[in-house]
Parts: sequence; structure tokens; C-alpha cells
Amino acid sequence: MGSGVVHHGLRLSFLLLFSMLFEPFEKDVKLVWDFVSVIFGCGLVCCVFWFFLKLILSSLTQLKHIDLCKKKIGSAELAFEHAAWMSKQFQAFGDLFDEAIKLGLTAIQTQNPGFYYQQAAYYAQERKQLASMLCNHDSSVVYPNPDPLETQTGVLDFYGQRPWRQGILSFDLSDPEKEKLGILALQLKEKNVLHSELIIALLSNAVAQFKKYKCPRMKSHLMVQMGEEYYYAKDYTKALKLLDYVMCEYRSEGWWTLLTSILTTALKCSYLMAQLKDYITYSLELLGRASTLKEDQKSRIEKNLIKVLMNESPDPEPDCDATAVKASQKLWADRVSLAGSNVFTIEVQDFIPFVQCKAKFLAPSFHVDVPVQFDVYLRADCPHPIRFSKLCISFNNQDYNQYCVVEEAYQKSDILEQSSQGTMCLVPGKTRKFTFKFVAKTEDVGKKIEITSVDLILGSESGRCVILNWRGGGGDAASSQEALQAARSFRRRPKLPDNEVHWDSLTIQASTMIISRVPNISVQLRHEPPALTNEMYCLIVTVQSHEETVAKDVKLTAGLKPGQDANLTQKTQVTLRGTDACDESFPALLPDIPVGDLQPGEKLEKPIYIRCGTVGARMFLVYVSYLINTVVEGKEILCKCHRLEHLDRVFADIPFLLMTDILSASPWPLTIVTSQLQLSPSMTPVDQLESYVENVVLQTGESASECFCLRCPPVTNATGVATGCYIISWKRSSPVESVPVVSTVITLPHVIVESIPLHVNADLPSFGRVRESLPVRYHLQNKTNLVQDVEVSVEPSDAFMFSGLKQIRLRILPGTQQEMLYNFYPLMAGYQQLPSLHVNLLRFPNFTNQLLRRFIPTHIFVKPQGRQADDNSIAAA
Amino acid sequence: MGGGDGGGGDKMAVCIAVIAKENYPLYIRSVPTENELKFHYTVHTSLDVVDEKISAMGKALVDQRELYLGLLYPTEDYKVYGYVTNSKVKFVMVVDSSNTALRDNEIRSMFRKLHNSYTDIMCNPFYNPGDRIHSRAFDNTVNSMMMQVC
Repeated sequence: MGSGVVHHGLRLSFLLLFSMLFEPFEKDVKLVWDFVSVIFGCGLVCCVFWFFLKLILSSLTQLKHIDLCKKKIGSAELAFEHAAWMSKQFQAFGDLFDEAIKLGLTAIQTQNPGFYYQQAAYYAQERKQLASMLCNHDSSVVYPNPDPLETQTGVLDFYGQRPWRQGILSFDLSDPEKEKLGILALQLKEKNVLHSELIIALLSNAVAQFKKYKCPRMKSHLMVQMGEEYYYAKDYTKALKLLDYVMCEYRSEGWWTLLTSILTTALKCSYLMAQLKDYITYSLELLGRASTLKEDQKSRIEKNLIKVLMNESPDPEPDCDATAVKASQKLWADRVSLAGSNVFTIEVQDFIPFVQCKAKFLAPSFHVDVPVQFDVYLRADCPHPIRFSKLCISFNNQDYNQYCVVEEAYQKSDILEQSSQGTMCLVPGKTRKFTFKFVAKTEDVGKKIEITSVDLILGSESGRCVILNWRGGGGDAASSQEALQAARSFRRRPKLPDNEVHWDSLTIQASTMIISRVPNISVQLRHEPPALTNEMYCLIVTVQSHEETVAKDVKLTAGLKPGQDANLTQKTQVTLRGTDACDESFPALLPDIPVGDLQPGEKLEKPIYIRCGTVGARMFLVYVSYLINTVVEGKEILCKCHRLEHLDRVFADIPFLLMTDILSASPWPLTIVTSQLQLSPSMTPVDQLESYVENVVLQTGESASECFCLRCPPVTNATGVATGCYIISWKRSSPVESVPVVSTVITLPHVIVESIPLHVNADLPSFGRVRESLPVRYHLQNKTNLVQDVEVSVEPSDAFMFSGLKQIRLRILPGTQQEMLYNFYPLMAGYQQLPSLHVNLLRFPNFTNQLLRRFIPTHIFVKPQGRQADDNSIAAA
Repeated sequence: MGGGDGGGGDKMAVCIAVIAKENYPLYIRSVPTENELKFHYTVHTSLDVVDEKISAMGKALVDQRELYLGLLYPTEDYKVYGYVTNSKVKFVMVVDSSNTALRDNEIRSMFRKLHNSYTDIMCNPFYNPGDRIHSRAFDNTVNSMMMQVC
């Protein structure tokens, strides 16, 4: 308990100390500084203390005391001291916070030491600024002698204390001369401080913290600041490294203003180091559509870029340090005189250059006998027209590369010419189209031709060459998002002249298929399906050439299409001679039967005999190949089948319906000669079984149904009972009488026979009429050998009034039936729900009304009551 | 006396931004007296906190979600507030730290006003969602909330 009280006491003492210290604050501005330092000595002790207690919030409030002194700057000539001190305070707090975290304190995203390091860095920057303002003494000013900063002990009591005042406690400043010398000494000392190093150290501390607390954007921002600080410190290599690293983050998130600002600094760095490739890359992007620079700035950059391309030195970037510019001019001059390594390849997919490119094949596929065509669209976003020396396209098959090059030799002096007439000139804002055509090679048939890259060469080999390299059919870091936006847009684009296109409406199509030539030969099959089992089925193949030249070396492949069921291959034989007695040894496919040459227009017929050992569908393949061109043709054969819909269970002794559906899947019309139902001994027909589909002709997709009423006597085993089979006799519908009749036997499914204790059936008219009595008789039949106790109830329906027993309990003797008579009185017209009968068997709790619903109707159609006159007319009609 | 309290009459923001679902700026406007770039950085860095808050909220029920995200983070000079619509479009507002008169409620109502105005833009059949916002009506709404420079 002791420590809590002590802590509380300590805290109060500190607060008291604070209020006392602040009292003299307002009195004398000159002395404020000394006070502030003392106060914060105490303040920090407090912070340590709060952290120790893990009272992060108290600690943060403590820090708020800094705010009190924020505005107390003290001596104006030494304002940098204030900033330095503020920076130190925040840094110290950051360190404390970090220490506390290491000891187990938890920090969060919005409250972590990074913020304090960041703040410390800001003050360090302010300090630098103030120092550069206050300490820009002429080099003639010398450090005062004797050194006013010398003290007897060599140490100061607190930061910011004036050494020449140490030990003097009075408030009056006795010696203004000494004061002046002292200030000068401090200023000269400040001049030698490496501010950038301090700032960078603080920033990198902050970066480490923000990385830890999941603030990627804050981290990037601080890295930009670090980069800029390195730039001020003239460490351009490090500056570029940092800026390059974060640039892509801003690019990928589309913050163009920020990206432009970073690029501008990066451009300065690369200029000052005379880094050609970087300089060109940054220029390309600063001229591009993502850059937010003004036209005049872009114009300046473009002119510089053109100079660089002509192997000249660019003009210096604005706001650069004069001495650094001088040094870099020398570097640029060296670069100019240096021969070789003047070709730069710049891959554009990771940034947003000022030239955009989209390549597009005119079709997703081309026949091998027509030339492959594609367009390359280029568009420049820079302020002035720009010439290029070469455009070349590379493909996955490099043989085509040579056909797709645009090149124009031009004079070096032309490069600045404003004329935009030349074909090799990109005019800002205008889309340029280049059309290419080449003939695909036959070995590429069936393959994809893909544009692997588009290269645009700026500059010339005599000066400097920049190769802009688009991977695939074009597009850069921003184009996918733009394409998405364009696709979403409903904006109607203004009409353009015929030869111009809207850039946004262009889509990249970087690949195309080469497909075989459309064959100029016809293949016809003549046959009369279906084939019957074991028949020598004849298939006549007619090949006619429509080619303008001789089709040489015509070969025919015919037989079962490979890739079907393996059994079919064994049960199918193909031969060229119908007299052959086919056995298992014959093949299912006859490959490459030589047919000889075909003159233009010549027709050739070839019979092929097929023997099928089993029923079922078969796909046959007839393939003709000839020289000059290749033809692929396939024909397929028909199939036929039947389907029966089946019930899954029937009830013993109760009649049920068997319905058969015959569906013709044959492409030819079929005639059903007759049908026959052969019942198994366990089934008995209720009425005569005669065919209803005799001589019915079915077209493709048509179906015919038959319905039979059957009854199944009770059986002992409750599982499946065979129903029997259904025989359909059919033939192809043909005027020819001799077409043989085929009988197809279909085994009907087994049904499950169940016995039920009670059968209910209802006698009721097929329809009712509004407000006319509707008599209904229910027959309750006991199917068991037991006396049944039955509870019967009728639930009313809105559509009917009724008379009769609403609820009754009765007994039914074995094998007998009970009748229940009701009089329903329809109130509404339409398809109405009947009052529902509920039956409850006391001995058979499993007997549900669900079951009952299968036997008795639930709805009835009620006709409206006709007017008298109408009735007469109906009667008359 | 200062401007009327409560309601949208206050003119106190120094920067107002609308950020797309994909985190690129749709609209950003700051007081002309100060460095625009600085505000761009402030808004951009505040998205760290917005992302974190949204992902934390993702676990909560969608229909009970509060659109107003509250104070994102305070800097020495500014307070940054956030708001996220159901379609993940973010509104960010930067307010001067010295402006202590501004209550949470007022910030909330300013955001609601901004949201209404944004909804109007979305209802415009000529506006393609995802495009930068160029709307005079929206400018006026933003203007009415910005610190007026005399």
C-alpha cells in the first residue's frame, strides 16, 4: 500500500512545483529560456515516473506541458535553440515510450513512439531552417576570443543555460557586450551542426516505429522526407534509392500529386548526378498523363529530354544548389564526350510514360491463307510533338519480327522541327495508328501468335537511343484502372472522323490464333440410319472437290470415332467390301485409304460397310485429307432411346396407373407399329391392355404416352415386385414397305408393394357449381383382419359449407367398408380446396393423412353459376 | 462573435478529401493559404488508420456499422477525422488543432452533409463512379465547410 501513497504524493509535489515555476514566466522574456529548461527537466522525470506506473495517458498529459512552452521562444537570435530543445524533448519522450514498450507497455497504431520521433524530426527541420536564417554570417566573421562559452568547470547546469551567466542569479543582464559576443559564438557553433544527419536519424527512428505499428503510408511519407533530406545533404545516391523505393507505392494508389512531387525531386537528383537512365525515366513520367505539372514545366522537361536524346547536356533543374549544378554540368559534359553505352532500354509496365501504346489484332483468329493483320496505336501526352526513329514488334515466333518494323532515317537537325506531318511523329493528344500485315507460317496452324513486346525507339543511334519497351500488347502501370473506368462509363464519345479513334475505346488484343484454311472440298455421307445389329450397314461417302487446282494424294479415313467406349471398338467392324464376312478381327477404323487425285469439280463415291455388334449410339468419323490444303470433316450418327417414368411404390390391391412415355431421339421420323405390355404374374390388369399408340409416327423430340391401370395383390415380401416388360415394335418411317420392324424390349422397373390398413376412396362429381349442392361419398375400407377403430373428422374450407358428420368415431369390421356421406355446398368459383377429411386409426398410428391424400382429391373445380338465359342457350347448343 | 454554433454553418475544415474504394483521391481540396502538398500527405497517411479501422469493423455486423470513424489521429497542428460509406468510399477532413470549439457532433453532421452531396453526384447519370469529382454543387458544399480565408 505504501508505494501507491508515495506515488500519489510525488505526483502532487510535481504539480505544485510546476505551478510555482510557471509564475515568473510572464515577467521577463529574456530569462524564459532558463526556466523552461528547468521545468522540462522536471517534466521528463514525471514522464519516466508515469511510464514506470504504466500510466501511458498520464504520461501523455505530462507531455502536454510542452505545449505550454511551445510559444515561449526566448531570445530571437537564438530561436534555433528553442527548436533544438523542442526536438530533443520529443526525441527523449519517444525514447522513453520505446523503452516502456520494451518493458511491456502496449502501444497502438495511433499512439506509438513514431509520432514523437516524427515530431522531433519536424523540430529538427525547423531548427535547420532557423539556423540557416540566423547563422548565415559572412565568412569574415570570426569566432570571438576569448571564448565566451568557456566555463570554469566545462559543464553547464542545464541545456540552454548561457555559459557566461552561470552562477549569476540576478535577473538583470549587466553586460550587453558580453551578451552579444556570447550569442555570436552560439550562432557560429550552430552553423557547424550537421542538421540533415540529425533529421535523418530521427526520421529513420520514426520509420522503424511506423513499420512496426502497421502504418505503411506514414512510413512512405517519412521515407520521402528522408529522401528529400538526403537531397539537401547532397547525398543524391541515397536520396534516389529512398525515393525510388516509395514511388511505386504512390503510383499504385494513384496519388498523382504526391508522385509528381517525388518525381520532381528525383529528377533533380538524377540531373545533379548526371544519371542518364534515371534522368530519362523520370522525365518520361513527368511528361506523362499522371504528372500534375503545369504545361510550361512539362515543356521545359521535354526540351531537356530532347537535348539529352541528341547527346547534349540538359538545362539545370530549377531550385538546385548553384555549386552542385556547376559540378553536375561538368559531369554532363563528360557524358557527352564519352562514347558508347548510349542505348537505354526502359521497361514501361512499371511506370506511366508519356507515350501510350496499345496493340490489337484485328481478329481473335486468322485462317492461314489470309494475312494476319494488327494495329499498333500510339499516343503521346507531352506538350510538344515528338519524333521517334523506329517502332518494332516482337512475337513469340520471332520469324515474324522482321515484318513488323517501322523505321525512318531522319536528319539530326529535324528533331526539334515543329512539323507534325512526318509519319514518325507523335502529335500530343492525337492517336497514331500503324497497321501491320504478315502471312502466318503453316507450322503455326493451330497455334497462338502472341505479341511479346512492342519497342518504340526515341532518339537515334548517332545521339542517344531510348528504347521504350512494352511487355505484351502495351499498357503501363495506370492503364488497367483506366480501362476499367472506360468500360464502366456510359458517356457517349463525340463522333470523330473515320480514320480516328477514341483512345479509351481501344482494347488491347495481344494474341490471335492461326487456324487452318477453310477446305474447299465437300464430303457427304449418305446412309439410312438407324443401323441394326449385325447388319452390314452401308455408308456412302461422296467427296467432291471445289478446289481450283488438282487436289493431290486424297486420302480417306473412315470408321468409329476414336475416344468412345472401348467396348464399342470391339463391337464395331468397318470394311470396304460388303461381301466380307466381318468378324472380330476387322478394325473399327480404316485409316488413310488412298483415293488418288481429284480434278477440280470431280466427284468420288466410296461405300463403306459397318457392322455393329451391339445396340447404342456410335459416332463415326470420316476424314479426307489432300495436299495443298487440309480438310477436317466429321459426321455423326443418330441414336434412339426410350425412357419410362416410374412410380417407386404401389399399395397392395389398390389400383394404380402405369404410364409409359416414348420419346423419339431419332433424327428421322419413326413409326410405332404397336406396343405391348407384358405383365409379370404378380400383376393383374384392371381393364384390357391394348395399345394406344399403334401406327403413331413420332418426329424428332416428340413423345407418345400410354397409361394402364393395374392392380397388385398383396405379397409376402415387401421389397420389389417385377412389373413386367414393355415391347415397342417400330420402324423408320419410310415410303418403302420393306423396312424391317424392330422390337425393342424394355424391362419395367420393380415397384415396392406395401399393404395399408385402410383404403379410402371418394365418389364425387368431376366439378361443382357455385351454390349447388355437391354430394360426396367417402368409402372407408378395412383391409386388415382386425376390427378397426376409426376417428374421422372433416376440417372446413373457406370455399364450402357442408353438411354431414363433422367428427365421428366408428368401428369397421375386417374386410368391410363404411360409407360416409357429405353434402358440400360451394361458395366460390374456381379451383377450390375441398374440406379435408382426416382419418385417424387408433391401432395404426403410422397411418397418416399424408398417405390418405394419395387416394382422395383435395381440390375440385367449381364453376360459376350461369344465368338462366345462358343455360338455355347452352342447352340448345 | 464566432460563427453560429451547431449545424453545418461552421466553416472550420482546412482540408476535405474524398477517397475512392481503391484508395486513390476522387476529390481533394484544402485552404489555399497553406501548402497543398502537405495536406495531400496528411490525407494519404491517414488512410493507414482508416484501413485499420475498417478491417476491425469488418468483423462487426454490417448493418449496425457506424459510418463515422471519429478522430483518426492528431498531429501537432491538425486533427484528422474520417468517415467511410458502405461502398468503402472514404471522406477525410482535416481540422485545425486550435479549433477546440468543434464538437464531435458537429464533425459528424458535416460528414453527413458531405455524404449527402456525394450521393447526389452518384445519382447523376453522367457521372461515372470512380472518376475524379468535378461538380459545382459539391464544391459549394465543401466550400461551406472550409475555413474561409479573409
